[in-house]
Amino acid sequence: MIRAVMVINTQGKPRLAKFYEFQFLRSACGEATGAYTQRLWRFSCSLYLLSSRAENVSNFVDAESIFGPDTRLVYKHFATLYFVFVFDSSENELAMLDLIQVFVETLDKCFKNVCELDVVLNYSKMHTVMDEIIFGGQVLETSSTEVMKAVEEISKLETASNAISLVPKSVSAWRSR
Amino acid sequence: MAGSSLMENLFQRTLEDLIKGLRLQLIGESAFLSKAIDEIRREVKSTDSDTKANALHKLTYLSSLHFYDMSFAAFHVVELLSSTRFSHKKIAYHAASHSFTDDTPVLVLITNQLRKDLTSTNELEVSLALECLSRIATVDLARDLTPEIFTLLASSKVFVKKKAISVLLRVFDKYPDAVRVCFKRLVENLESSESQVVSVAVGVFCELALREPRSYLPLAPEFYKILVDSRNNWILIKVLKIFAKLAPLEPRLANRVVEPVCEHIRRTGAKSLLFECIRTVVTSLSDYESAVKLVVVKIREMLVDDDPNLKYLALQALSVVAPKHLWAVLENKEVVIKSLSDVDPNIKLESLRLVMAMVSESNVAEICRVLVNYALKSDPEFCNEILGSILSTCGSNVYEIIIDFDWYVSLLGEMSRIPHCQKGEEIEKQLIDIGMRVKDIRPELVRVSRDLLIDPALLGNPFLHRILSAAAWLSGIYVEFSINPFELMEALLQPRTTLLPPFIRAVYVQSAFKVVIFCLNAYLLQRGNAASSSYIDKLVPDVPGLVSERDDPESSDLASCDSPVHCKQDEGFNPRVLNQSFEGLFAEHGGEETATRGQVSASSSLKDGYTHESVINLLNRVELALAPLTRSYDVEILERARNILCFIELIKRKMPDCLVQKEESLGREEAPASQIIRLMHDAFSNDLGPVSVSAQERVPVPDGLVLAKNLEDLETIFGDVQLPSLNSVSLGSPQYEDRAGFSLPILQSKDEPGPSNESTSLLADHRKQHGLYYLPSAKNEDEYPPANDLKLHADTNDGDEDLVKLTEQLLVSKKKPNYVKPRPVVVKLDGDQVPIAANPVRKEDLLSGTVRDVLLGSDTNHTSSQSKVSTKSSTQRKGKDKLNVDSVTESKENLGDIEKHDQGNPRSRKSKHHTHGKGRRHKSPGKKGDEREENGQKVKQKNSHSHSKHKARQRAEVPLNFVAQTPGIPDFLL
Repeated sequence: MIRAVMVINTQGKPRLAKFYEFQFLRSACGEATGAYTQRLWRFSCSLYLLSSRAENVSNFVDAESIFGPDTRLVYKHFATLYFVFVFDSSENELAMLDLIQVFVETLDKCFKNVCELDVVLNYSKMHTVMDEIIFGGQVLETSSTEVMKAVEEISKLETASNAISLVPKSVSAWRSR
Repeated sequence: MAGSSLMENLFQRTLEDLIKGLRLQLIGESAFLSKAIDEIRREVKSTDSDTKANALHKLTYLSSLHFYDMSFAAFHVVELLSSTRFSHKKIAYHAASHSFTDDTPVLVLITNQLRKDLTSTNELEVSLALECLSRIATVDLARDLTPEIFTLLASSKVFVKKKAISVLLRVFDKYPDAVRVCFKRLVENLESSESQVVSVAVGVFCELALREPRSYLPLAPEFYKILVDSRNNWILIKVLKIFAKLAPLEPRLANRVVEPVCEHIRRTGAKSLLFECIRTVVTSLSDYESAVKLVVVKIREMLVDDDPNLKYLALQALSVVAPKHLWAVLENKEVVIKSLSDVDPNIKLESLRLVMAMVSESNVAEICRVLVNYALKSDPEFCNEILGSILSTCGSNVYEIIIDFDWYVSLLGEMSRIPHCQKGEEIEKQLIDIGMRVKDIRPELVRVSRDLLIDPALLGNPFLHRILSAAAWLSGIYVEFSINPFELMEALLQPRTTLLPPFIRAVYVQSAFKVVIFCLNAYLLQRGNAASSSYIDKLVPDVPGLVSERDDPESSDLASCDSPVHCKQDEGFNPRVLNQSFEGLFAEHGGEETATRGQVSASSSLKDGYTHESVINLLNRVELALAPLTRSYDVEILERARNILCFIELIKRKMPDCLVQKEESLGREEAPASQIIRLMHDAFSNDLGPVSVSAQERVPVPDGLVLAKNLEDLETIFGDVQLPSLNSVSLGSPQYEDRAGFSLPILQSKDEPGPSNESTSLLADHRKQHGLYYLPSAKNEDEYPPANDLKLHADTNDGDEDLVKLTEQLLVSKKKPNYVKPRPVVVKLDGDQVPIAANPVRKEDLLSGTVRDVLLGSDTNHTSSQSKVSTKSSTQRKGKDKLNVDSVTESKENLGDIEKHDQGNPRSRKSKHHTHGKGRRHKSPGKKGDEREENGQKVKQKNSHSHSKHKARQRAEVPLNFVAQTPGIPDFLL
C-alpha cells in the first residue's frame, strides 16, 4: 500500500502531507506530534539534500531508516516541488512514478498550468484530488479524466451547498434586526 | 444571536486569509501561528456552523502542514459531521480522518452519523464517509458498519463501489468476522466488467495475500483468469504480485503461471509491467530455466538503458536472482562493475551488492583488489560502504571464503590505511578474531600489526584507533612472533600514543607489559640455555666452578647487600603497600640500581638480541614512558601502568642476583625474580581461543547448587568483606575479573599473580567461606579449552565443534589445487553460526483464519449481523456448509492421491480426474472455471455478463492453453 504522499518544495517546506499508514501518523498525532514532526523534518532535510543531487539520477531514495522497514520512496521533481510517494512492497516502483505523473497531470488540468502557489492556496482541493486517486493507501483511479470528473462534481456540490445556505442565513440575519 | 454569528462570520479569517497571512510573514511565523491557533480555539466553540467549519478547516490545515495538535477539537469535529451541508460535512470528514485515532474518545459518537451517510442517496456523501472510514475505522466501527458496507459492495455506481471495496481492507483488518459477510461479494467483484472495480478488488487481495498468502490459494483460478485476460497494466501488476506470493506455495500453480508471465514479458511495452514480470520470475519462478533466460535478456536491456531508474531496478532484480543463477550476474559483469563509478548513489550501492554476490573463494582476492581501488577514489560515504561490504562478505560464516589468510590480513592492514576508512571497529574485531581462530596466521598478523603500530601518522586518525588497539593487543599477545620486540616496544610507547583514548591506551600499556615479560623471559632462557649446556658438558653440576667462571666478585657482594632490602620488600609486596611506597623505594634504590646495572651488563654480554644491556635499556625505557601514567585519571591506565612499573622495579632489584644464582645453582631454588618472570610468562603464553556464545550455558550446574533467583542474600554475605573482593565478584569490571577464579577469557585480562596477591588470598578465603556461589574451578578449565588444542577439543566438547570434521569439510570443499598454501585451520564454534531464528510458529492471525474459513466454507457460526443483512446469501451458504466438510488438508491428500495414480497409469488420468472432480464438486464452494460453467445457477448469474465477453476473447487468444490444460490441473487450482 501507499503509506504517504508528500509534496515538498525545494526549500524543504511541506506543501501537502497525507499519511495512510495508520499507526504511523496516529501514534504521532496522539502524543503531541513530536515523533511525527521529527520524522518529517528529518525527511525534509534529506529531501533538501536531494536537490543538490545531479539531475539525471534515479528517483529512488533509501527511506527505510526514516519510514521503517519495507518502505520505498520515489520522488519526482517538478519545477520547485518534489512529489514524494512512500510505499511498501505491494506497489510497483515504476507504477508509482506513473501515479505521480497522473497526480500532477490532474492538478495541471485542475488549475491550468499548476504552480507551487496553486498547491499552497488550494489546500482542500489538493486533498480532494488526492482522495480520488488514492483511497486509504490503495490506488483508486488512474485516469486523470475520471478523477477530474469526480472532483468537479464535488466542487459543484460544495459551492451549491454554500450558496443555498448563505442566502437564507443573511436574509434571516437582516430580518432579525 | 444571529447578529453576533454574522459578525463572527464576516470577520473570521478563512483558510485562504490564513495562508496568505502566513506568506506575508509580517510578525514572524511562530507568532502568527500561535495567534491563529488562539483564534481557532475561540471560533471552534461557536454555535454558528459556518464559523465552526471555517475554524476546523484552518485547524486541519495547520495540523497537517505545521504539525499542530488538533485533538482538542475532536468533539467539534463530531458536531460538524452532523451538519446537513455538504461543504461542512466535507471539512468535518477531512478533519476526522486526519486527526482521529483509535484512542479518540469521541469516536464512539460518530457511528450513527457514519451509518446515515453510508446509506445516503448522495453518492458524494457516501464517498466521504467511506474515505473517512478507510482511515479511522476501529474495531467497533468496523463491526457496526459492516452491514452498510456489504450493501454498498453491490452498488450500481462504480464511484461508490470501488471505494466500498477498498474500505474492506481496513474493515477486515479491524474486524476479521466481516470476512464472513463480505468476502463473497469481494470475490465476485474480481469478475466485474468495470476494470476500475477489478483493479481495486485485486489491490485488496494483493494486500491481503501479502500478509498470509496461503489462505488465498483457492482463489488462484480467478487470479489466473485475470492474468490471462486483462490488458490493464495496473491490474496485471497487482495480480503478478499475488502470484509471486502464491507460486512458491504450490508448484503446480507456478507451472501454470510461468507461461502467461513470459507472454506478458514478450508482449508488453510498459516498463512497470515488464519489471513486475521480471520481479515475479526472479523471486518466485526462478526454477524455470527458460523464463529466467528470457528475463535475463530483458534485464540486460534495462541495464544499458539511459533511464537510471530502469538501470537501478535491473540491478536490483539481478541481485535477487544472484543466489540461484549466478551466471546471470556473471554475464553482466562488465556493466555491473562499471556501475560502481556511476553518478547515481543508488546504482553504485546496488552494483556493489552484486559484486559482492559474485565473490567466491577463487576470485575474492581479485574482486577485493578492484573494490579497494574503487574505495580509494570514491567519496567517503561510498568508500565505507565498499569497505563494510568487503568486511562482511569476507568475514561471513567464519571467513568461509578466505583461503589465503596472509593475503586477507594484509588486506585488512591496507584497508586501515585508506584515508576515509571508518570501519575501525569491524576491522578490529576481525583482526582479533582471526588471531584467535587461525593459529597459522599469527606471524603475519604480528607483522601487519607492527606496520600499523609503528606508523605515527595513523595515531592522528580517530577512526583508526580501534584498529590500533587490535594491533597493539595482537602484537602483545603474540609477541613471540615478533621479529624485533624492542622496536615493537618503541612503537607501543611512542609519545603520540597520548592521542589515543584511555581504554585503548590501556591496551597499549598492557601489551607493553607482555612484551617486557617476553623479553625478560627470552633473555633468561638464553642465559639458562647457555648455563645448562655448560652443565651438560660437565655432567656434574659444579656450582662453585660455574660461579667463578661467570661471575665477578662484585655481584655476589651486591647480592648479599641487596638481600635484606628485598626481603623486606617481598614481605610487603602487595599492590597497596607497593603503590604507596613505590616512589620512595624508587628514589632510595635508584642510584644503587644504576650501579648494579653497569656491572652486571658487563658480565653478561650475549651475542643474541637479548643482551643484558638491551633488556635493561628496555626496562628503563618502559619506566620512563610509563612513569607519568601513574598519575593518570583513568583507572585502567593507572592500574596497568602501576602494575608494570612495580614489576619492573621488582625485577630490577633482583636482576643481578637472579642472574648470578641461576647460573651458580640450578639444583637450588630458582631466584625469585626469574621465577616470577617465568610464572608471568607462562600466564601470558596461555593461548586464548574464541569463546562460543553458548559456552556459559554449557557449564553444568553442579550437584547441590541452589541458584537462588534472588541474590539478595549475597549482600549479607558480602557485608563483612572488603570492597576489592566485592569488585572481583562483579563480572563487569575487567581489571578484577582475572583475579576471581572464574573469569571469562576477556582479551586484555590476564593473570597477574604478582600484584594481585592480596585479593587472591582474600578471594580464596571467601571461596572457602561461600563456596556455594562459586563455579567449580576444574570444570571451568574444561569449559574453555585453549582454542587450538585439537585433542582437548575433541575430548571435551560433545560433538559441537568437531574440528576434525571441519578440516575434512574444508579439504573436501576446496577444489582449487593451485593454492600452494593449504587453508589454515579456522576454529569454529557452534555459537558462531548466527542462530537462525527458528521460524516462529506464527499464530495464525484472525483474519487469515477467517478468510480460510470462508473460502473453504467450514464456518458454521454466523454472526448476527450477517444473518440480518444477507439472509439470502447466508442461507445459501449455510446449505452449502452442511455439505462442505472437507478441509484443505483432506483435499490436498486427495490431490496427492491422484498424482500417485497418475504416475501409475497415465492413460486413466483424465477419467480419474473427472470422477474426482465430480466427487468434489458439491463439496467445495464454487471456485473453479469449468465447475462454474456447469454448476449452480447463482454462479452462472454471477458470471453471465462478464464471462461471455471474456470467453470470446479468451478462446481467441489462448484457446489451447486454457482449455486443453485444464483437465491436467486439479480443479482445486485451476
